[in-house]
Amino acid sequence: MEQIKTVKETKKIKKIKKKLHKQDMILDIIIYSVVIIFCYLCIVPFLVVLSASFTDELALVQNGYRLWPSKFSTEAYKIVFSTDKMFNAYKVTIFTTVVGTFISMVFTVAMAYPLSVKSLKYRGQISLFVYFTMLFGGGLVPSYLLVSKYLNMKNNIWVLIIPTMLSAWNMFMLRNFFNSIPPDLAESAKIDGANDVTILLKIILPISVPGIATIGLFYGLGYWNAWFNAMLYISKSELYPLQYLIMNILRNIQFMAEMADKTGMSVGNLPSNSLKMATTVLTIGPMIFVYPFIQKYFTSGMMVGAIKG
Amino acid sequence: MARKTSDNSKVPSNDKASNKIKAKGKNKDNSFLKELWKNKFLYALLVPGIIWFVVFAYVPLVGLIMAFQDFNFVKGIFGSKLIGFKNFEFLFNSKNLWVITWNTVYLNVLFIITGTTVAVFLALIFVEINNKWFKRITQSISILPHFMSWTVVAMFMTAFISTDTGIINKMLMSVGLNQIAFYSDPSVWPVSLVLLKIWQGAGFGTIIYIATIIGFDKEMYEAAQIDGASRLQQVSLLTLPMLRPTIIMLTIFSVGGIFKGDFGMIYAIIGDNPLLYPTTDVIDTFVYRSLRTLGDMGMSTAVGLYQSFIGFLMVLIVNKIAKAVEPDSAIF
Repeated sequence: MEQIKTVKETKKIKKIKKKLHKQDMILDIIIYSVVIIFCYLCIVPFLVVLSASFTDELALVQNGYRLWPSKFSTEAYKIVFSTDKMFNAYKVTIFTTVVGTFISMVFTVAMAYPLSVKSLKYRGQISLFVYFTMLFGGGLVPSYLLVSKYLNMKNNIWVLIIPTMLSAWNMFMLRNFFNSIPPDLAESAKIDGANDVTILLKIILPISVPGIATIGLFYGLGYWNAWFNAMLYISKSELYPLQYLIMNILRNIQFMAEMADKTGMSVGNLPSNSLKMATTVLTIGPMIFVYPFIQKYFTSGMMVGAIKG
Repeated sequence: MARKTSDNSKVPSNDKASNKIKAKGKNKDNSFLKELWKNKFLYALLVPGIIWFVVFAYVPLVGLIMAFQDFNFVKGIFGSKLIGFKNFEFLFNSKNLWVITWNTVYLNVLFIITGTTVAVFLALIFVEINNKWFKRITQSISILPHFMSWTVVAMFMTAFISTDTGIINKMLMSVGLNQIAFYSDPSVWPVSLVLLKIWQGAGFGTIIYIATIIGFDKEMYEAAQIDGASRLQQVSLLTLPMLRPTIIMLTIFSVGGIFKGDFGMIYAIIGDNPLLYPTTDVIDTFVYRSLRTLGDMGMSTAVGLYQSFIGFLMVLIVNKIAKAVEPDSAIF
């Protein structure tokens, strides 16, 4: 009797398992297709822009934007490279990204480290002083007035760096990172007679490379993608960073006319659509290239920020 | 140049600090002086940063006086005439303020709801993928749009929404439908902006949720499997309930920024297109435009102050709520 029962039961379990297995299969198919569709949607715009940049202008106007060039042409790139616009914008963007990130990191580290030292008496007050700026600000107009009228930084390349070089958010993230370093390390060095600056440079920084890299990349991405300060304070076109150059091309402000002037073509003959796409490709190219190497730092950085933000 | 100035500014402020020490140390208890001297290197490290925050975050607060002035650019802050609350009276009586406030809040509510839903949904799906290689590649691809600036995204948009040549309109025409007039029809923009925001941010938004789910106790899932729970049941009975606190907290914090319009996104994509203002003009774009085109700095400052003020109140309220929901998660 009992044996029959157990046999029956195992049969039942097998049946359920079979059913579950089938369910699993269906679920897996759904999951994989949703992910594939979402990723496809994420990547399609990149492909369309790349394809359009290599499409003959007339074909582009007639056939519209496509995943594959309807008529291959490198005309747009030839025109872009025939002027120094793109080259200039690259120079500005690379300068602000490299120099800006470096300066930002020096200031951020110098602030984050003392605020992570538990024995510093006024660190609470100073943290609050910084924290308040995240909650309440003067807004756009007073800052604009300060930078343009009182600091007189219009059309100066440093205006793309200095007014935005510190981020309270990044500073606190780095401080949290320093907080996780055991204080004994610094204390024992102090007993040996090292001063705080030496401790920071010789002991804290070398073991904080992952945190420094993450925050540095946050700043770097910010500088690379910035255009707002350029829009506010820069009117000389040779000081345009890449992202603002694109914005100008998109809005057709003066840009096409200057292009036509330099290439000796009339504005109507310029391949304006493929030209827009070619400059876009050249703007995002470097980012796509380094993306696989830097992505993991952003993912881990998000985690640090999420745990104690 | 700028590095030089920042170095220079460091020196006098150190002198100032030491003067302060001398002055204070003589008459009152000298614990302040002692503390500064004991940690002099640490405080010296803090000085450049503090100066930066004073200049670029606190000095602009002085400029808020402009909101109460009939501001004149030539006369400056100290020369312009004070007019009390006149700027605010004008604002609160005009229709604009309510339109831009409504647009800002409405768009942000849409962004928060759709963004959170899609991010959680994608996170639930990503953790179900067993193939490591596939998982890594798809995750990287889904995060990629977050690294593009909004000006680049705006360029991408032209390929899709252009009249006649854009992919969307081409597709509509090929099935015999009418084109969508993206550049003149304001009614399509709330949905378009929501879709764009999802495209740009949903993949990045999954990171926190995925990490939270991975941190959950594995034994619970094993026990559920032994009890015969299907994968769908595990998601609905285990993962989602355990994820709830995280979802609630992240949502509460994004509600704190509900009066901040996404200037970068909206200005890069809409630009100065008056036809689309009815649904897309937010507080931030309005302030920028009134600064650039109207040049009425007093009025623009008043709008900015209004935004900062209710934004600040919002953060305080949200923090109270967060404290009530989960005491550990309050910001302050």
